[in-house]
Amino acid sequence: MGALGYSSGQIWLIIVLLALGTFALRFSFLAILGDRTLPPFLLRLLRYTPVAVIPGMVAPLVLWPAATGGEPDPLRLAAAAASLFVGVATRNVIWAILAGEFVLVGGLWLTGQL
Amino acid sequence: MTQVTPTKAFLQGLRRSLPFILVVVPFATLFGVVATEAGLNLIQTMGFTALVIAGAAQFASLQMMQDQAPILMVLLAGLAVNMRMAMYSASLVPYLGKAPLWQRALAAYILFDQSYAVSLDRFEKEPELSIPARIAFFFGVAIPISILWCGTTAVGALVGSAIPSSMGLDFALPITFIALIGPMLKSIPHVAAAVVSVFGALALGWMPSGVGLLVAASLAMLTGALVDDWSSKWVR
Repeated sequence: MGALGYSSGQIWLIIVLLALGTFALRFSFLAILGDRTLPPFLLRLLRYTPVAVIPGMVAPLVLWPAATGGEPDPLRLAAAAASLFVGVATRNVIWAILAGEFVLVGGLWLTGQL
Repeated sequence: MTQVTPTKAFLQGLRRSLPFILVVVPFATLFGVVATEAGLNLIQTMGFTALVIAGAAQFASLQMMQDQAPILMVLLAGLAVNMRMAMYSASLVPYLGKAPLWQRALAAYILFDQSYAVSLDRFEKEPELSIPARIAFFFGVAIPISILWCGTTAVGALVGSAIPSSMGLDFALPITFIALIGPMLKSIPHVAAAVVSVFGALALGWMPSGVGLLVAASLAMLTGALVDDWSSKWVR
């Protein structure tokens, strides 16, 4: 299918740069010898990066899903809600994924879209 | 108290890594499936998973690629999700900072949420652990998870092309992200950051691809850190 609009070279460029950048982040402070630590406020900022990035990325995908041509879809909203609820309640990523997919696939099946 | 040998520490780490099989296998399989569905071939998918070894960042940049975002934005999204690794790196320095450079480099390559959390817990509880034992314990946790991560991604990539795309796979990525966020909402600053991130990204959706998200994420980080600051003063 090749749904991605990048050349093979561009895809490898992304993979290699992402790998190098990720390694740089992981090695950063371990590469510096000694017991020096970061300023506390910077550590605080870093602590909130995942929770600051992922929700903003996912919100438009949930409200305007590609599968329905960008129209809000009750079924996908319900699946998102189920996943969030189970994730918060169980603190378990896998149960949360299963809950969301269960609602989505179950709903698609019930409405004859499968 | 007898000294824990590196071999023994490695085996202890190995045992501590076992419960994560339940998390890593489905998650890596899902990445293989989703990456293949998105149009990456087997070698690209495997290169991605083996070189980056960071689940959430892999999913994040894959999502940006599906949105046809500019390469710079794809990279920024992935690296922003991985910013926490710098924090992990900083907090391991007091325990691993005096190990040989090549060992620190290798440990950094396979430093992820699970290997970090399990190791830091052990290092804090047993300050008398020698540096070689700490490194061995870390590798004992991280190496099996890494191998499993790559192996099951391959399974997902091979099986992926056999799964019909109507099976709700279009929404597998959003569900995975939400599933990752849920368990992270463990304090008021975390929730505040998430709320700012959602409304910021929606309000700034008119900005060029990825830029609105970047601004919203920066505001959300600042919100989390400030609320954290205030609430810790309040408690004191």
